[in-house]
Amino acid sequence: MEALFSVTVGVLTACSVFLILRGRSFPVVVGITMLSYAVNLFLFSTGRLTINGAPILGTNTEYADPLPQALVLTAIVIGFAMTAYSVILAVRTRGEIGTDEVNEQDSGESSR
Amino acid sequence: MWQQHLAILPILIPLFTALLQLLPWGDRPQPKRRALGLASSILTLVFAALLLAHVNQHGMLVYALGDWPAPFGIVLVLDKLSTLMILLTAVLALPVLIYGCYAEDNLGSHFHALFQFQVMGIIGAFATGDLFNLFVFFEVLLISSYGLMMHGGGKFRVRSTLHYVLLNLLGSALFLISVGTLYATTGTLNMADMAEKVALLSGDEAALAKAGGFMLLAVFGIKAAILPLHFWLPQAYSTTTGVVAALFAIMTKVGVYSIIRVYTLIFGPEANELTWLAADWLWILGILTLIFGIIGMLGARDLRLLVAYLVIVSVGTLLATYSFSSAAGISTALFYLIHSTVITGALFLLADVMALERGKTASRIVTGKRMANHNTYAVMFLVASIAIIGLPPLSGFAGKLMILQAAPVSASGFWLWGTMLAATLVMLIMMSRTGSKMIWHTLQGKPNDQSAPMGKRIAIGVLLSLSLVLTIFANPIRDYTDAVADQLLDTQTYPNNIIPKRNGEGQYE
Repeated sequence: MEALFSVTVGVLTACSVFLILRGRSFPVVVGITMLSYAVNLFLFSTGRLTINGAPILGTNTEYADPLPQALVLTAIVIGFAMTAYSVILAVRTRGEIGTDEVNEQDSGESSR
Repeated sequence: MWQQHLAILPILIPLFTALLQLLPWGDRPQPKRRALGLASSILTLVFAALLLAHVNQHGMLVYALGDWPAPFGIVLVLDKLSTLMILLTAVLALPVLIYGCYAEDNLGSHFHALFQFQVMGIIGAFATGDLFNLFVFFEVLLISSYGLMMHGGGKFRVRSTLHYVLLNLLGSALFLISVGTLYATTGTLNMADMAEKVALLSGDEAALAKAGGFMLLAVFGIKAAILPLHFWLPQAYSTTTGVVAALFAIMTKVGVYSIIRVYTLIFGPEANELTWLAADWLWILGILTLIFGIIGMLGARDLRLLVAYLVIVSVGTLLATYSFSSAAGISTALFYLIHSTVITGALFLLADVMALERGKTASRIVTGKRMANHNTYAVMFLVASIAIIGLPPLSGFAGKLMILQAAPVSASGFWLWGTMLAATLVMLIMMSRTGSKMIWHTLQGKPNDQSAPMGKRIAIGVLLSLSLVLTIFANPIRDYTDAVADQLLDTQTYPNNIIPKRNGEGQYE
């Protein structure tokens, strides 16, 4: 199980890094979303992987660490909101600049 | 007993004010929102000052949220460093908000609420004693900074915000990975508890914690704008509105604070195999950041960009000084941190009013029309320049002198001397050039008739006068930062104040 889990996290991360290195905002946003999935899975595994273990101490000999689950929940909420925001921002940039190239250089000297 | 709640008041006041400011407030909401915001900032300042006095007198304040004891629940740890940073935030926020109330807040919606959330996030990041809670407060301050950076809209601003947001999302992901790694090896998120656990690690586990620690350095490096991770800063700070940039003067310092906190407490003198984990890296990166900042300054053709590079120079100076890992190094770095935050904040505001009054030439470093309040700005620019360059008699001089004294007599000390003095020379050249072009050489004809309101000038004046205060009270402030450094380096007894003692059976008392 550990091997499958780590391969999944690794592949997700590798794909997201590839997407983030693209020069257009849409693949970058998709890449960051994917990275946040990978990070959530990773965080989940930091309490060690257990099967059939309730996250409560004392009711069972097998128990799961509840803390990473709480961390993952927090990370999911924040990550979800930020994905929405970056999508809106990317659309807005596309509208204002007319291209979704991340590094469109139309005029170097920009102040306001 | 109410004093113990001082710990959380500087977080709660901006939070509830921001929530109130989000209400519709009828036809003309702005005056009410301004009044609320100003009241909140004044209250935050008062309580931050009370907090500092309390902590200075009675020692560290540990506030267990929900009364859950330390290693299990989240605690706010208000030691001398935290309270100093909180007070600095409050001191910077008030004049910046006053400046913002002069119609700057009409450029976009919800400026005031975002401002308060931003202040809350920054203060929370300084106050917390828990690594994951630090992440949450980082997110609070980042999310509101995303909104603030967009304030005023416009093509360039939207694009630089997109870059800033994407970069910081990546930073947040990295933060989570490093926190996860550290949790997996130490089994705790409380920073003081983690410090004790890290000291017990060896072999493979120490290597894992080391990886986590270095990833954390990258995260804080993005925030603090250390060399390979600083490219976002000049563009972001020079395209956003002046009032937002001035508030952001404290944002890079949040990164510096986190570095000081984590790499002194967790990976500090007592960390066994991981002792002073980041010091060597911070030394090289600090000096390189400093050099990069100098080069950037030489290339800047816009006052706002120039100030943005001044921020980078100050970050480089701070980190290089901190990396000596000595009490004198940390103490002088903190003194310089207070000075550079206040002055760069003032310079961002000054660049903004000058841009307004110059009209078409804005803040570009070229000859332009006379400004309506030409003489006021000339004096302000002179004072700000003297302070930031480090000429006597203002605080920059005191700060730089202390840093040079604190540098050890070794190769690294001489490197710091060389780069800092070179940086000072370049600053002198660039500030003189900017002053001559923008203030001395003006076009013939009548001055521009657009005048910035009096209040804006007063706000800048207040920030600049803080430099004078820093100079006059340099001795007591230096005594305080010395005490901060001693408390920070005392990592053997420090965790005992936060984690309850365990009795013989390993149970918490």
